[in-house]
Amino acid sequence: MAKMTLDDLKKFRAEKKREMDMRDPEQKTVQIIVGMGTSGIAAGAKETLSAFVAELDERGLTNVAVRQTGSLGLDFAEPTVEVVMSDMPTVIYGRVDAAVARQIVQKHIIGKVLLEDHIYDRPAADIVDTQKR
Amino acid sequence: MAYKNYILVCGGTGCVSNRADEIYKNLVKETETRGLTGDVQVVKTGCFGFCERGPIVKILPEEAFYVDVKPEDAAELVSEHIVKGRVVERLRYKDAESHAHARVEDVSFYQKQFRIVLRNCGAINPENVGEYIARDGYKALEKVLFEMTPDDVISELKTAGLRGRGGAGFPTHMKWSFSRQVKDDPKYVVCNADEGDPGAYMDRSVLEGDPHSVLEGMMICGHTVGAHQGIIYIRAEYPLAIHRLEVAIKQAKELGLLGSNILGSGFDFDIELRLGAGAFVCGEETALLASVEGERGMPKPRPPFPAVKGLWKKPTVINNVETWANIPVIITRGGTWFSRIGTDKSKGTKVFALTGKITNSGLVEVPMGTTLRDIIFNIGGGIPNGKKFKAAQTGGPSGGMIPAQYLDTPIDYEHLQELGSIMGSGGMIIMDEDDCAVDVTKFYLGFTVDESCGKCAPCRIGGRKLYNILDRISKGTAKTEDIGTMRTIGHAMQRASLCGLGQTAPNPIMSTLRYFEDEYMAHIRDGKCPAGKCKDLIQFSIIPEKCIGCGLCARRCPVNAITGERRQPYLIDNSACIKCGECYSVCKFDAVIRA
Repeated sequence: MAKMTLDDLKKFRAEKKREMDMRDPEQKTVQIIVGMGTSGIAAGAKETLSAFVAELDERGLTNVAVRQTGSLGLDFAEPTVEVVMSDMPTVIYGRVDAAVARQIVQKHIIGKVLLEDHIYDRPAADIVDTQKR
Repeated sequence: MAYKNYILVCGGTGCVSNRADEIYKNLVKETETRGLTGDVQVVKTGCFGFCERGPIVKILPEEAFYVDVKPEDAAELVSEHIVKGRVVERLRYKDAESHAHARVEDVSFYQKQFRIVLRNCGAINPENVGEYIARDGYKALEKVLFEMTPDDVISELKTAGLRGRGGAGFPTHMKWSFSRQVKDDPKYVVCNADEGDPGAYMDRSVLEGDPHSVLEGMMICGHTVGAHQGIIYIRAEYPLAIHRLEVAIKQAKELGLLGSNILGSGFDFDIELRLGAGAFVCGEETALLASVEGERGMPKPRPPFPAVKGLWKKPTVINNVETWANIPVIITRGGTWFSRIGTDKSKGTKVFALTGKITNSGLVEVPMGTTLRDIIFNIGGGIPNGKKFKAAQTGGPSGGMIPAQYLDTPIDYEHLQELGSIMGSGGMIIMDEDDCAVDVTKFYLGFTVDESCGKCAPCRIGGRKLYNILDRISKGTAKTEDIGTMRTIGHAMQRASLCGLGQTAPNPIMSTLRYFEDEYMAHIRDGKCPAGKCKDLIQFSIIPEKCIGCGLCARRCPVNAITGERRQPYLIDNSACIKCGECYSVCKFDAVIRA
């Protein structure tokens, strides 16, 4: 990308904000966000991520984006995964190994029910974008 | 079809022992009898923290957080909240109680932590600059380049009251303005990412989860003090953090956020990485700068301070990762906003790496002034296995142990110092009744002896002497006078050592002598380790009356020191025993004793 001017940066920010806020029910966009800090990876986040990709692939689900992020800080419950979709509450799952990952796809994303024993609480409200919640 | 409501019942041990199971059953029953099974899903969850106020029930999508819930309350929760859509005020957690230290508009509903430094960790893809920018990233840089003067920036930091997060708590605005005032060129901006305290990983997580926030903070400083070169000194043991920093620097360069004429402002700034080999002393600023210059990592006497004469003898602002990550928020939200969080003299938040004997280990960011009790028992979920809290170790090898009677002390720079510990960079290791004060202290002294650079005698010789005495105490061969000797050596090191490493190395001893002297005396006078940790002072034996002769201990013993016949009491051969304690922990009949 070319070097930006101040106006370019402002435009770029607005555009990216729209992209990140896409929770449009028409598009049925689902996001699976896997915590990939050192502690997450040590607890098996890479296997979890592969399991998500494989399961989505096997079921032909193309409206689901699998993303990565840093550590949420819930190290006792790694690997952690956040699931964002339009008609379900946004939830953080912890202790998500490959088997749990597949269950999240089957139960949460397809079946629209929450998984037992794997939900953890968001540690803090978002100071950047409080109005979103 | 998705449900209308989700009732989450905490399934953590604390809540379950307070009848959370019954609450769960009652809620299921209640929704069934009211014919709501198609509308509501009742789910058991992992531990939510906040265990002192458990059992916890949370109802989605309203995010209603109920505390101290009893099984009898199930009917009301369903009939009021689910059926009528009215929040049950009686049970709802009231925000104000826990957030006396964060009087800001953002605290509009319950939350355990307050995340400024970790604002993007777990929210954005750290390898995608676009996501950082979407969440107000580089907005502070815009403001600094086009709307503020360097003096505005410094006065904003002064209003904010930000103090260095590396441990000592020096006011950040002062460092910056010292450097700004010096007429010299070039100047440097350095990020200290040489995180070395055992058990601490706050900086690593910030760099892995939100590298751009650190880059942005450094750029702002560069523009303010008149520097064009930034250096991040990071230890090679952090490969993922290094990788993400490299990606971040590359992406920022591609967008023209780093390099020449940034955003058309005429300001040039570049950042490069320097990898350290992992010497603890290199976290000390003058040693760090020596290491960057290619010298052996050894400290130099101050003054001159790096802000005046630092890298290559040029003015150098050096701040820790967490300090840098605070800067963009202070600029975008304003110093006044920031100064409303925390206590009188310690503003903002602090990130702690909560480890040791704690149920919910992890990274915790709380307003300054939050009590230890809140961190350990509410956020951390308390001590596992029903054990008793003994002490919290803060500040790593430079800090001390804070015992149970100070659980309600607000955590800030001043209070921790009063208690004989320090804030440090934010490691917090929780000890329970099975941890021995002497053993832990010996570990820390062993660490500082290993890591001492050897340049000055007080640290090089004093540290070794202290370690040797601790070693004798842990073996039961010390004398009562040794306690006094340790105090004398410790005081000398605190005053005469060249750098922070040596000056603070005796802190673990000084603080444990203050709170746990009786434990030292038990080792010295009675030859006993009350916690059962010091191997030379304990013996394992089997009570014949209690032993049923199952043989489990003998099978688990790694050195075959336990013999016996099945259904007959077993026997431990103490000359062969290595005191690993495996037999003690596996025996289901409490037949193995430790004395």
